[in-house]
Amino acid sequence: MFGYYLDLAFHSLRRNRVLTALMVLAIAVGIGASMTTLTVVHLLSGDPLPGRSQTIFYPQVDADTKNKDDHEPLDMLDYQSAVDLWSAGRADKQALLVQSMVRLNPGEAGATPVLTMMLSATTDFFSMFDVPFRYGGPWSAQDDQARARVAIITDDLNQKLFHGENSVGRTLRLRDSDVRIVGVLKPWRPSPQFYAVRGGRFADGDTSDFYSKPENIITPFFTGLDINDGNFQQFTCWHLPDKPGHLQNSPCAWVALWVQLNDGAKAAAYRRFIADYAAQQQTLGRFSHSGNTRMRDLMGWLDFNGVLPGDVRLQAWLAVAFLVICLLNMVGLLLAKFLRRSGEIGLRRALGASRLAVFAQFMVEAGTIGLLGGAFGWVLTLLGLWLIRQQPVAYADLAHLDVPMFLVTFFAAIGASLLAGFLPAMRACRVVPAWQLKTL
Amino acid sequence: MEILPILSTLRRHKTTAFLVILEIALTCAIVCNAVFIINQRIERIHMPSGVDEQHLLHIALANIGAGKDEKARGEEDLAALRQIPGVVSVASVSQVPFGNSSSNASIKIDPKQRIATTNATNYFGVNITQTLGTQLIAGRELTADDYMDMDDVLSAVARHDPKAIPKTVVITQALAQRMWPGQSAVGKELFMSDYGFTVVGVVKDLVRPSIWDDSIAGYSMVLPMRVSNGEYVVRVDDPKNRERVLKAAVAKLKEINPHRVVLKQHLLSNMREDFFRNDRAMAGLLVGVCIALLVVTALGIVGLGSFWVAQRRRQIGVRRALGATRTNILHYFQTENFLLATIGIAVGMVLAYGINLLLMVHYELPRLPGIYFPVGALSLWIIGQLAVLGPAMRAAAVPPVVATRSV
Repeated sequence: MFGYYLDLAFHSLRRNRVLTALMVLAIAVGIGASMTTLTVVHLLSGDPLPGRSQTIFYPQVDADTKNKDDHEPLDMLDYQSAVDLWSAGRADKQALLVQSMVRLNPGEAGATPVLTMMLSATTDFFSMFDVPFRYGGPWSAQDDQARARVAIITDDLNQKLFHGENSVGRTLRLRDSDVRIVGVLKPWRPSPQFYAVRGGRFADGDTSDFYSKPENIITPFFTGLDINDGNFQQFTCWHLPDKPGHLQNSPCAWVALWVQLNDGAKAAAYRRFIADYAAQQQTLGRFSHSGNTRMRDLMGWLDFNGVLPGDVRLQAWLAVAFLVICLLNMVGLLLAKFLRRSGEIGLRRALGASRLAVFAQFMVEAGTIGLLGGAFGWVLTLLGLWLIRQQPVAYADLAHLDVPMFLVTFFAAIGASLLAGFLPAMRACRVVPAWQLKTL
Repeated sequence: MEILPILSTLRRHKTTAFLVILEIALTCAIVCNAVFIINQRIERIHMPSGVDEQHLLHIALANIGAGKDEKARGEEDLAALRQIPGVVSVASVSQVPFGNSSSNASIKIDPKQRIATTNATNYFGVNITQTLGTQLIAGRELTADDYMDMDDVLSAVARHDPKAIPKTVVITQALAQRMWPGQSAVGKELFMSDYGFTVVGVVKDLVRPSIWDDSIAGYSMVLPMRVSNGEYVVRVDDPKNRERVLKAAVAKLKEINPHRVVLKQHLLSNMREDFFRNDRAMAGLLVGVCIALLVVTALGIVGLGSFWVAQRRRQIGVRRALGATRTNILHYFQTENFLLATIGIAVGMVLAYGINLLLMVHYELPRLPGIYFPVGALSLWIIGQLAVLGPAMRAAAVPPVVATRSV
């Protein structure tokens, strides 16, 4: 029966090509717009560490003497708190992180140096965040302590400097220091760049920079502080630092600490640990208050920072509203088209077709329109994503249609058209045959 | 034109009429809000900067390997830049409008205040206001006597020595009005940390380098501090010379020290464009969506209009046979569309208001101005009438003889 209905559907679609084109176009445009924006939302709001994110936490204590207990603590830690918490080693894994702009001197003499972002982290960073290596591997915990002059570079930088060869053992000149490359990463593009997310609540929805690419150079935390001293940027300071760019022992928040806690009991214990630490620091007179410690898990921290850019969310709502209007339009047109065939319906019913059969016939027709609309909508989605890739935003290179969203495109198109076809098909199958036959 | 017969006909086509009304209402609501957002973005893109954008260049060099000779090197750079033909004025600065990176401070009216009055950005640099071309509207500019070296000030702050900290400040009109509404700001004292600064001058506008809240975009201060961070603003005599001067300036700076990294080199007008590129992209997208929505709605009206005309051919034929003129028939469909559009617009206005309330909560948008309602209504009426014109003309062309067939 399905095949016969499909035949009928194509026959009917061919009979009024303009109306068919209009409906297919409406579905295609609506689906194209919604799927483009929803794909972006899907890509930007995913879990950067699927299956692991609930064990990753971002502890915060508040050394800001101008803040109070009823306020959120600052988004980053001061140096002393960060290093104290890190050296206590109470978590399963823990990493200190700080970013800075560093001068990279190329090997050949005469070439101009370039400035690039450097991440300085302790070694757990790599295992905690599943950072993939192509050559070599992370440095050791001893290297962290010994401030070893080592570095790990991204695939991008390895392509640029060493044409993708195994560069482990080669030397980079960072500012005035030589560092030995101990590892090269595979292409790694977390979305968002979650370990560097902060300050979202001050961004007023303009958060597209959270989707930047990872830094090209990674050095051990303390090594980075040594070789790039004077070039560190604070998240904020509650008093002016004595020496700008050198922030150890300054009244500034500028270091991030991430910890991995493998079960709920450990997480609860760590929460108590940071609360105790803050209370102890208050007794020592270093903190002015200690009641506003926080420890959000990774997704909680991303939510708190509202990582999804406001404009992206607005575009998604707009596109969905657009799809709804396109569907309303289609309901009207289908209703017109189906009821115009009341005579045909009356005849089919009189010849013994059940209401259900008539209903099925019209739903198949609506579904066919949806399938055609989905195909065009898919093309429009690809076009829309291409347009987004041309935009000057940090997440532009992420905008690609993945397999789940490709399937969603077709299911959405067919689902939407079946939804739109439901009411017209209901009306069509309730046509009273006798009335129609009389007028034939 | 009789409205009652139209209403009674519509009552027999409730579903279809309801669909048209809903479509018009949604379109009306979304287009009203989208146009409002577009206008907001356009307003933002044209935000006054207070500086002479068409005459300014910005060059930033990486300040790496700083040493004691930093100041001397800065002076050397400035002297070299001044010699380039076409350069009117040069300043070594800490930040520039639309530069996306800024130094900000909480400021108070009274040093004992627990919560700061507001937050403003700090511009430093000798001659910065003159080079940027801000407009002084009260008091005086900062003079050589006011200036101190940034490094000395920082070490004075570290020693908590108020004597070696500047005493004067120039602020913008927007900030002056926030601090002392309705009063003259010149001569008043404002406080940063525990240090007091006397306002000696007020400039009309000077936009912040980074704007996270549009309502405080104009809150800027200029402090009398000498900086040499390798960041320069160059003012040229004629906008036509900008590209040439920029090229010459970068070449000159490279000549002085070939190992320096040039971080940024822009025309200030291009910096503004870059700064607002997201707003421009969003406005463009919204315009596209509005047009698409109106086209889809118009096509929907055409489609349903055609269907209704086809369905009522016999009824039209009878009316024509009974003496109705072509104009009568035309007007019938036009009035019908007008009625549907009016109901749709009325519902749409309520929806538009609701969506605006949502946007006010989630996107901190202001209230939708009243003018959008009549303008939105008018444009949807016009679109409805244009869309129904085709089907209505086809209806008017139905000959009376149809009435005699197949009855």
